[in-house]
Order: sequence, then C-alpha cells, then structure tokens
Amino acid sequence: MKFAIQVNEGPYQHQASDSAYHFTKAALEKGHECFRVFFYHDGVLNGTRLTTPPQDDRNVVNNWVELAEKYDLDLVVCVAAAQRRGIVDEGEAERNGKDATNIAPRFRISGLGQLVEAAIQCEKLVVFGD
Amino acid sequence: MSDTKKFMFLNRRAPYGTIHAWESLEVVLIAAAFEQEVSLMFVDDGVFELVKGQDTSEIGMKNFSPTYRTLGDYEVRHMYVDKASLEARGLTAEDLVEVEWEDWETEETVDNIVEVVDSDKVVELMEESDVVFSF
Repeated sequence: MKFAIQVNEGPYQHQASDSAYHFTKAALEKGHECFRVFFYHDGVLNGTRLTTPPQDDRNVVNNWVELAEKYDLDLVVCVAAAQRRGIVDEGEAERNGKDATNIAPRFRISGLGQLVEAAIQCEKLVVFGD
Repeated sequence: MSDTKKFMFLNRRAPYGTIHAWESLEVVLIAAAFEQEVSLMFVDDGVFELVKGQDTSEIGMKNFSPTYRTLGDYEVRHMYVDKASLEARGLTAEDLVEVEWEDWETEETVDNIVEVVDSDKVVELMEESDVVFSF
C-alpha cells in the first residue's frame, strides 16, 4: 500500500506526531511505501532542530530525522504554516530577512501543493491530529 | 497525475477559535489548481464558518469569511452543510452565505452551491470520496 501521512499537531503537547511516527515506521517495516509525510498546522513545529527534550524522554524530531535517513522519507513542512510559526530554512531566512534558521535535517519547506499531490498519488492519506 | 480524485474537505470547527478553518481554506484554494473534484462539508461547529455578516473587527482577526463566496470561482462545485449540526445551533439555511458557481466552458451557472443535507447524505457523500481532508 502506498501511504501519505499528514501530521497536524506539534510535538509533546499532543501524541499525534508520535502516533504518526510509529504508524509510518511500522508501515515501512512491513514493506509498505510512504510517498510523503506532510506537516501542517502546528505540525510544522516538528521540523525544528532546536528542540531539546529532557534526556530521559524520546526526541520526537530526531525520531523523524532518523526514520527519514533510514528509508529516504520525504518530510515536508508547509511553507505558509511554517512562516506563521517561525520554522525557517536558508531560503526562507534570506527571503524574509531573518537572522537565523532552525529547520531540522531531512526536513524541507514547500507549498501546500505537496499535500495535494501526495493525496493524489497515494492510495491512503492518513491524518494525525484532532 | 492524470487521474482525478474526489476530494472532500470536512470542516468541523468554528472559524476563529482555532486556525483550522483558515488553514483548511488555504488547502482548498491550492487543490483547485490540481483539477480535482473538490467538495466541502460543514459539520458540528464548522457550520459557523458559513454564517453571513461576520464582523471580526473587535477581536483583531482577519475576516476571511468573504473567501467562501469566491469558492465557486475555484471550481468547488459542492458545499454541503449538515442539517442536524445547523439545527442544533439554532441556525437555518437563511443564515448562511450563498455561493454562486459558473462553468467557464459551458457557461452553466448555479445560483447557490451551498446545500443543506441530512446525516444519511453526509455519510453517503463521505463514503463516495476518495480523500477526506479533515479540519
């Protein structure tokens, strides 16, 4: 089965990102395909490398990064949602005159067209969040 | 991307308590560019999104309510409203905005694509959809 995943909640406040991670990991381990993981609403907050949870807690952001490295996952953060919530890569920093970036490795910032394309290309779009 | 899918945008929340309604609209506007069969469904507090005469000047929020009236121009063909949700909130079809639709090629026009439907129809329409975007 070819899945696309949408994550609508930030890390830690809500379990949605954890659940999406476990679902995606399990699906990939079973040999299914993940076309793309799209982060929307507060879900874009999963894409900052500055997240620093206590050492005895899971690192939600790094979980995604490591999964992406292992399976060459496409992790996409919505640009409009990211701009509102201060998720910045080099290109966005330059365009909007910001003095820093915080995007985590393996994540990329792109448009909502990436979500629509994923919904068209996949067999199932699975949405995580309230 | 030759195949056309039936996209349903399921709107469940009031327009200004959270950003869901606005960020849902942003996806709808983009989806139109992909030439998919797009419909919107309004249930629960989502029915408030379509109430006419909204004024947000006192709360410092952008009033995006006029955007709904332009959806006909974005090739949205159907906007369904759950009757039970509407009635539970003391609203009727009269309280909702009207959205005009025109087919640019055939010049076929529909005066108002906002349609109040009962719960059985809501279920049926949801089942018919290939993708349900829930906001």
